Amino acid sequence: MATPTATDPAPPPISARSADMPAILGHGGPPPWLRRLGRISLTVVAIGALVYLFVPIVVVVIYSFNKPLGKYNYVWHQFSLDAWADPFKFPELKDALLLSLKVACVVTIISVILGTLIAMAMVKYRFKAKGVVGTVLVLPLTMPEVVMGFSLLTWFVALNWSRGFWTVIIAQVMFSISYVATTVRARIRGFDWRLEEAALDLGAKPWRVFRRVTFPLILPGIMAAALLTFALSLDDFIITYLNSGLEQTFPIEIWTLKKSRIPVQINVFATTILVVSVAIALLGVWIGFRRTKKLGQLNP
Amino acid sequence: MPDSDETGTKANRWHTPYLLLLPGALALIVFFIIPLFSILQLSLKDGGLSNYTGVLHDNQDVIIRTFYFSGAATVGALLIGYPLAYFIAMRGGRFKNFLLALVVLPFFVTYLVRTLSWKILLYDGGPVVGLMHSLHLLPQGQGLLGTDFAVIFALMYNYLPFMVLPIYVSLEKLDRRLLEAAGDLYGSPQRAFRKVTLRLSLPGIFAGTLLTFIPATGDFVNAELLGSDKQVMLGNIIEKNFGKEFFRPQLSALSFMLMALILVGVLIYAKVLGTEDLA
Repeated sequence: MATPTATDPAPPPISARSADMPAILGHGGPPPWLRRLGRISLTVVAIGALVYLFVPIVVVVIYSFNKPLGKYNYVWHQFSLDAWADPFKFPELKDALLLSLKVACVVTIISVILGTLIAMAMVKYRFKAKGVVGTVLVLPLTMPEVVMGFSLLTWFVALNWSRGFWTVIIAQVMFSISYVATTVRARIRGFDWRLEEAALDLGAKPWRVFRRVTFPLILPGIMAAALLTFALSLDDFIITYLNSGLEQTFPIEIWTLKKSRIPVQINVFATTILVVSVAIALLGVWIGFRRTKKLGQLNP
Repeated sequence: MPDSDETGTKANRWHTPYLLLLPGALALIVFFIIPLFSILQLSLKDGGLSNYTGVLHDNQDVIIRTFYFSGAATVGALLIGYPLAYFIAMRGGRFKNFLLALVVLPFFVTYLVRTLSWKILLYDGGPVVGLMHSLHLLPQGQGLLGTDFAVIFALMYNYLPFMVLPIYVSLEKLDRRLLEAAGDLYGSPQRAFRKVTLRLSLPGIFAGTLLTFIPATGDFVNAELLGSDKQVMLGNIIEKNFGKEFFRPQLSALSFMLMALILVGVLIYAKVLGTEDLA
């Protein structure tokens, strides 16, 4: 990357701006009131953007307390706890949520293993194909979901595989590997891997070295990647939909229902997912904070 | 990427990294790379190249609309995402992490549900339409659902975090002493912003643009939930017809063109700026 100091033009001639001029004149630029206006408008735009990000989420939560009247949950009727009191009123919604959780568990386990191995190879070793591997890992992140989903569908058709649970797993693992590999890679970059050699030199067996040295080092990265994968899997619609056959995950169930009815229970589930994920994320931050403190005490 | 590993240690056995890569690489080759060739092959079946010309001809309006919607959503996301990222990185102070958490919060609400939430907000009797009517921004009797505006607005919403995060990362990495140096060298604040801040955050802007524009071109959820048949995008064509076998060669041609176009963009990006900032 070019360093801007090298490309910046030379300062204006000294004669034009002598050193004893007041700083505000010497720096030129707009009058202070204009600068303050700029600063205020930056704050306004930033807060506006945060509100924009926030409002639909608030609406999701508020509408989980809507009185279930009619087929759709688009118009506010009155405050009620009906949907929260009877969250599993629609068995197909409950089944869809359970399937989504099951898929997310399987996808997380597979992707974390495959992705972490790739990350370890990328961080710890020097090898020829590294550039190619890096590019291939970026591709799933930069491919429109519909293209990825549709190409996988045509491949499953060519293989004569019927779509169902395992094709959904494969489809989701394909984009999750990249997220895991990049997350773990960013977390474990710059670690002192000589610790492993030191443990080996001290007579530890390789398995013990992995258990006592390598695994604790990479664990925070793995946890972060696992949480991310779980959330992405639970949320994925487009790729999953194209490869699901008759299986109905939670997002697919909503998609199927949208023409006929939108029950308030959908908002109840979405709110629950939101609250649980925020709680888990906070817990993760807290554990990570304590660990770094402890590690900091170990090797100052 | 520099031609060295990230720790300075050397592989003791040359095949160790390849063994670690093997399972993941195998999975990616069989279920990601090969399928891309499978759509290429299918797109040339039953009529060969005429699939391409046919599908281009039939869907001209849809293709133009797709790029218009995605482009408008990307520009909008950049215009409000850059100030937000700048604000968090430069003025965030102690609240930096909290503000970042707010930016990613939408990801914790199921994609379809948060898009349906826009339907509630933009509904004919809803708050936004009411406000716009009373401000005379919208003629009476005219709603927002089923308009280009609604689809672009929701696309922009759904991909805004992808714009903010990479820009934030590049601004966060920026060495503040460069700005002081620019000031010391009599650069005005605007000049310092243009020559230092903006230039050094370019990788973040590019990454954010790609991560917003690309998924937007393949999206069909926003157009379906908030648009009408006048807002059909490329993704909707694929979503409506992917079950019909006779239509798959044309859909393959459509997907392959979209992919090729984007691949070229990404490869140019990777060549110029490296892949580090994308992830």
